Amino acid sequence: MAEPARPEAAGPERVTSAEQIEVSVREAQSDVVPRDTGRWAAKVDRLEVEQRAGMRGTNVAGRRLTGPVQGFGKMWQKTYRMTVGDTVTPEAAIATWKAHFPELWPKGNRFAGALTGISPGDVALLDLAIGGGVKLSTGVFVLYADDDSFTLMTPQGHMFAGWITFSAERTESATAVQAQVLMRANDPLYEVAMTFGGHRKEDQFWAQTLTALGEKLGVPGTEVQTRTVCVDSKRQWRNAGNIWHNSMVRSVLQTLAAPFTARRRRAQRAD
Amino acid sequence: MDGPVVTMDVRHVGDAVAVVDIKGEVTSACEPILMSAYEEAGGQGTSRLVLNFIGLEYMNSGGIGMLVTLLVRANRQRQKLAAYGLSDHYREIFELTRLDEAITIYDNEASALVGVAT
Repeated sequence: MAEPARPEAAGPERVTSAEQIEVSVREAQSDVVPRDTGRWAAKVDRLEVEQRAGMRGTNVAGRRLTGPVQGFGKMWQKTYRMTVGDTVTPEAAIATWKAHFPELWPKGNRFAGALTGISPGDVALLDLAIGGGVKLSTGVFVLYADDDSFTLMTPQGHMFAGWITFSAERTESATAVQAQVLMRANDPLYEVAMTFGGHRKEDQFWAQTLTALGEKLGVPGTEVQTRTVCVDSKRQWRNAGNIWHNSMVRSVLQTLAAPFTARRRRAQRAD
Repeated sequence: MDGPVVTMDVRHVGDAVAVVDIKGEVTSACEPILMSAYEEAGGQGTSRLVLNFIGLEYMNSGGIGMLVTLLVRANRQRQKLAAYGLSDHYREIFELTRLDEAITIYDNEASALVGVAT
């Protein structure tokens, strides 16, 4: 009968503690460059942005980013999707979307991105039509971008806390493009606004944007399918204080104050 | 279309803790695999779930979104969620997306197990 294998003597040089293994793993990880490096934005604590021509540019500088964890309202995942035939590749669809992103928005809304286009870490300023001649001034941050997708994340004060991912993929028969929003209304006021018409308006906004993209890609009149899932029906009352940053309220106040602000600036220049 | 390149193996550590060893690429395409791992982990009365990211090779924004939906499910079941084994690169992504405010990040499994127990 063969003698059972005896365990090797574990001298001090052979002992590998859990801590040592952990250090080795971390060292090994730090040597490996992940494939997604350069696709994610570098970490930022607060947004910085330069003024852009024709944009009010308020409610963005100094704000923190907000994900679904920081929002207030119910969490929704909304997907707007359409197929664009088999002649457009996913990469071509996303390249077109990135290049023409501001032009594809419905009339009355403005997106002023960085000169570099849509690259990780860019901050874009938004002026959104909310009715009554008032523009909601806010912004978005390019969180992630690669050849077949890009993601925008919202700052404090935006209507919702979360991100929108624009992507394209090859299905069996055609290329499909989609915008997918994962969001919570940022504060109680926005939650009310989203419940009473805001969600419908947002659905129209992205359906119109996809339709415009379809036209750009040479497939006009393509039907946009909308799928809405309530991921979490609970509201996060601990985040109700987000209302302090509400860009809608601030934009209304900024609109009302605009004539006085302009007069004060003129007076300061005259001095 | 290629399938997701990821494996998620569940280990039960003690009565109420499960560790999910994630190896490969975390994208929205692997949602069924993660949710299946979550069901396997939570099926035995697990109240604490630890995600092991030592084997993480790639993650896109869809992957982060998937972790948010996992977090919602865990919160609904009053389960604690923690993570360890993130490289500096992925730790920064957790901080950038502010996911680290809801999923506590630890350096190693031992500290994660102690952390979720308290």
